[in-house]
Formats: sequence, C-alpha cells, structure tokens
Amino acid sequence: MIRFIFKAILRDKNRSVLPVTVVAIGVFLTIALSGYLSGMLGDMIDQTARFQTGHVKVMSRAYAENIDQMPNDLALMDIEALHEELNRDFPNYTWVNRINFGGIIDAPNENEQSKGQGAAMGMAIELFSKTSGETERLNLENSLVDGRLPQKSGEVLIGYEFAEKLGAKVGDELTFMGSTMYGSMAFASFEISGTVRFGVMAMDKGTVIIDFSDAQRILDMEDATGEIMGFRKEEVFMQDEVIEMRENFNAKYANDSDEFAPIMKTLGEQNSMGSYLDLVDSVSAMFVIIFVLVMSIVLWNTGLIGGLRRYQEFGIRLALGEEKGHIYRTMIFEAVIIGIIGSVIGTALGIIVTLLMQKYGIDISGMMKDATMMMPSTLRSKFSPQLLYIGFIPGLFAMVIGNMLSGIGIYKRETATLFKELEV
Amino acid sequence: MILTLKIFKMKYIIAIFFTIIFALQLSAQDATEILEKVDDNMNSETSITKSDMIIYGRRNSRTVTSVGYAEGKNKSFSEYLAPAREKGTKMLKLEDNLWIYSPSTDRTIQLSGHMLKQSVMGSDLSYEDMMENRKLTEMYDSEVIGEELIDGRNTWVLQLTAKVVDASYESRKIWVDTERYVPLREELFAKSGQLLKKTELKEVKKIDGRWYPTKMNYKDMLKDGKGTDFVVLEIEFDTEIPAYIFSKAALKK
Repeated sequence: MIRFIFKAILRDKNRSVLPVTVVAIGVFLTIALSGYLSGMLGDMIDQTARFQTGHVKVMSRAYAENIDQMPNDLALMDIEALHEELNRDFPNYTWVNRINFGGIIDAPNENEQSKGQGAAMGMAIELFSKTSGETERLNLENSLVDGRLPQKSGEVLIGYEFAEKLGAKVGDELTFMGSTMYGSMAFASFEISGTVRFGVMAMDKGTVIIDFSDAQRILDMEDATGEIMGFRKEEVFMQDEVIEMRENFNAKYANDSDEFAPIMKTLGEQNSMGSYLDLVDSVSAMFVIIFVLVMSIVLWNTGLIGGLRRYQEFGIRLALGEEKGHIYRTMIFEAVIIGIIGSVIGTALGIIVTLLMQKYGIDISGMMKDATMMMPSTLRSKFSPQLLYIGFIPGLFAMVIGNMLSGIGIYKRETATLFKELEV
Repeated sequence: MILTLKIFKMKYIIAIFFTIIFALQLSAQDATEILEKVDDNMNSETSITKSDMIIYGRRNSRTVTSVGYAEGKNKSFSEYLAPAREKGTKMLKLEDNLWIYSPSTDRTIQLSGHMLKQSVMGSDLSYEDMMENRKLTEMYDSEVIGEELIDGRNTWVLQLTAKVVDASYESRKIWVDTERYVPLREELFAKSGQLLKKTELKEVKKIDGRWYPTKMNYKDMLKDGKGTDFVVLEIEFDTEIPAYIFSKAALKK
C-alpha cells in the first residue's frame, strides 16, 4: 500500500509539491534559526566565560560585592594556599589567576612627549605559565594582528584599535599610570610585543594584556589576585556540576565573618548570565512549539484545500465502496510520506546553511563601531546533533496533524447524497 | 469709597512688590559679599602648603605627605614626600594643563580632558579638584537660602550656580561661618542634580591674619568609605616663590 501511495504522490504533482514545499520551508527555517540562535547565544556565553566569568570564579566577598569597580584593594590574599585547596578539592578544573585593572596608557614620542593617551582596561593573565592554557583559551596566538605574544616581563599586548588610536606600533614603549592595591600611584613602562584583534569592539579599543607576575609587581599584589577563575579541563561548561562545587566550597567558609574570605560564584551568578542561560534553554523549545502550532494551521489549511480539490475523488472512492476509515488512513499515510520527504529536504537545507554560517558567520563589526558591550563581532551559527531532529519531528507531526484535522470531513460525507453530488 | 479701597489695595500690592524686589537684591548682594569674604580667606596671591592626605581604605589607610606651591589661579606645583612609593612624584599645573612626573619610569605624562576626573592616589579627590584654584565669585552666582548651626557655629547656607561653562560642578551648596567667613561644609552637585562630593572643613585657625580650615574631609559620594582627610601641617601665604618652580624643568629635578 505504501508503494501505491508513493506512486500516487509522485504521479499527482498537485498532491505533493505544495505540502512538501511548505514542510521543507518550515523545517529549514526552524533548523537554520535555531542553529543561528544557539550559535549566537552560545558564543556570548563562551566569550563571557573565557574573558570575564570563568566557569566558576573565586573572589573575596568584598570584591564580589563591588566587582564592577575592579576593586583590587579588596583582592584575595594568600592565594598560594587557596590554589592548593582548589586543586585538591576540584582536580577536574584548571585554576588560573586574573587581575583586572584600570589606568591610563600614554605613548611617548621621540622627545618623551605624549603622542597619544587613553583610558585602558588592563587584564593580567598567566601568559608565561605552561599549564594555565590562557593563551589558547583566549585564542591570543590566532588573534594577533601584528608582532608576537609577550615572552618576558615588561612586554604588553594591546588591542589593535587602541594601538592605532595611540599612534603606537610593535616595539614602541608605553607608560602605564594607575593605582596599586593600596591606592598608591603605579607607574610602569612596557614594550608592545603585539597587537591583537579580540573580535570584541570594546576590547579592541581599550584593552591591554600583561603577564600576571608583572601586574603583581606593579600593583603591589604579592601573593594576591583579583580573581581566581576555574575552567573545566575539557573547557565545557557544566551547569549542575558548578552549582555543586559552589555549594561545597562556600559551605567551608560559611562561618567565617571576614569580608575578605573567599567566595565562589558560578558563571550563571555573574554578569546577569543566569537569566541568559535560562533563555538559551528555553529558546529552542519555544521555537519548536511555535513551529508546530503555526505549521499545523498552515498544513491544516493546505490539507483542507487538498481535501476540497480531491472532494470528487473521495466521493467516487466512497461510491465504489471504499470505507471511510480506509480513505482516512491512506490520507494519513500520504501525509506521513509527504512529511518525511519535506522534513528530509528541509533538514538537509537547514544543516547545510547552519554549517556554512558556522564556518563563515556574519560580520557585524561595521554595526558595532561605538559599542562598549562585550559582544562577538562575527555572528555564527552552531551545529549540534539536536538540529537533526528539532525540525524533522515537528515537520512530520505538523503535516500529519494538519491532514488529520482536515480529513475529518470525510466522515461527514453521506453515502445517500453521493450520487447526487457526483452528477455535477 | 470703592475708589479709595482700590487705591489702598494697589498701594499695598506695589509696596509688597518692591519689598520682595529689594529683599531679593539684598539677598543677592549679601551672598556676593559673603562669597567675596570667603574668597579673601581661602585664596591668596601665593601659598606654600605642607599637608598630609589620609586615604581611608577598607583594608587599611595611608598617609601621603606633600608640599604644594601655588601662585594665582593658574600655577601650582606639588611634590610628594612620603611614603617611599610616592616619594619624588611631582605634579605641575599651568593654565589648564597638568603634568605628572614619575621617578620610577623617569617620564612626565600630561593629563587632559576626562583623564582629569580620575582619582588622585586612590583618594576621594580628582586631579580636577586638586587643580581648581579659581575664586568662587569668578565661577558662581550665589544666593543665601537659609541659616544653620554647624558644630555650635552659625552659618549661612549659600546656593551657588555656575556662571562659567568650564566649572567642574554645576552647582554647590556651602555653609559659611557667619563670623569668620570660612566654609564649614560644602556639597557639590552634577548638572543632573546628583550629589557628587561632600566636604567637611574643620579646625579653623587664624593664620597670617586670615581664618583658614586646617582639616578637611572630602567624600566622593559615588564611593564607599570614610572619604579622604586633608590635614594642613604648615601653610604660608603671600610668600615669594621662585619662577623655576612652575616650569617643566622643575619636575625632573
């Protein structure tokens, strides 16, 4: 019977082309948009984790309260002991020190006069460490526009737009002026080892990266750090795992009244990321629900049109003695086959577009010239196995449900009036 | 009868009108006079001040000692004497320009624009606050809006509104000692009306014939903490200062 229905669908183009096209378009849109959304949202989460929050972050309580002000005067002390504790208790994670600091960067000319000056957003990371994985995590090697990564103390990486603004190039000297952990004036000279395109406009325009040990020296932060970030060794964020880690870690310091005692925060608890993570989870589900609803209505309508078009055919089949149930079932079988064909085509197209978008992306840097928010400047889709069924199943169901609804009309036909109708 | 009543009413209204105008004029005149006397106390042709700046942090507090030279409203020079980390750091202000010399890098950096709004050594004072030497009467229109008692002393409360475009603060409210013509409290506001800074001025002493507060607490209202104390250790008014002090060459000396 399936073979019979299949032949019928192929031979009667009017019966198949429109529903297959509608299903294929719907499935394609669901997959392409879902892949695009999870790519965009996931990119922002990954970017935020790598640059700002880690999968978890340990800070002093006072620092955590005022984190927006980069309050290094409230930094964590005795970090060697804290690292031992974190490595012992959570060996699946890599623990790295970070110091965020602000200040002024001044580029001198040959006469020692300022040729350019700007407010800098400084980031000190464990650049020289072989085990921290920070250069790979922040993708610094591939982000170099010019020069190389710092290899010794006194070298600095700078956002390429910031360097342009200062009129400075690789090899030039820069003077940093800021505040130490204790509020004293901090002055230091650096040599630019490389310029970097972070892919985040706000960072390209004002970020400098130095080694953690340099920052400790300049900012008087011996055995201290602003933040200790934890990254899962596989670099994959696991929400349930980090929540458990946070509870275990914070429970140990629950009775400590010191405002500088350490506190652990998960990615979801920082930078309003909690609601963002929930959003990511719910967006796909929302898409599928909307798709099924809209497509059911569209395909119901398509089925109704088809039903009306085939009104005479059903009448003849009923007149020839075919059971109403049989007609209804063949119609549903037809819908299943059309749904599968449409969904396969739509899924294939959707996956192709998603993979292309994942590789090439959409460059939005032109739209973000004055942006200060941390956002990737290229929007990309993200392929996940979920995309293989996220459009396929609803595409098939919508077609079948649409036809089931429209096919109910078959049962309302009266055999007694059939011949009268067929006379027309 | 009705006409007489109308004339009486008219006279009454005119009398009230002129009384209000006169009172307003008197108030404006009084406020300007008060402010001029404040300027006379707080400003001088030249001054040499040795001071301690006590910066209170949540973990600890620090005392920074410096000596400052000022001439008129456009020239000032400061050298930091202690602690060791700060020793030898110098600042020079000429007109609207500020240069900072750091002995550790042997570089002089010129600050301008919004950089001047940054905090000086983690204190509650910005470079802009440190640089401001102009007289209040040059920058603000004033009005007496009330009287209050502060630490047992009577004060006039003056509302100051900027009349120049480059004033660091759009408006100020100052409490001026009615007897000594020294401000005892000051509140500085942004254009939006937000309170940005609060200053308490205490330990008013008579130095070289003028009343002068020798202990001030500056509080940046956008920051947590107790603010920054500025204690005058020694001060000389109208002493001749050698011209080379106010030159860029003096920074590296």
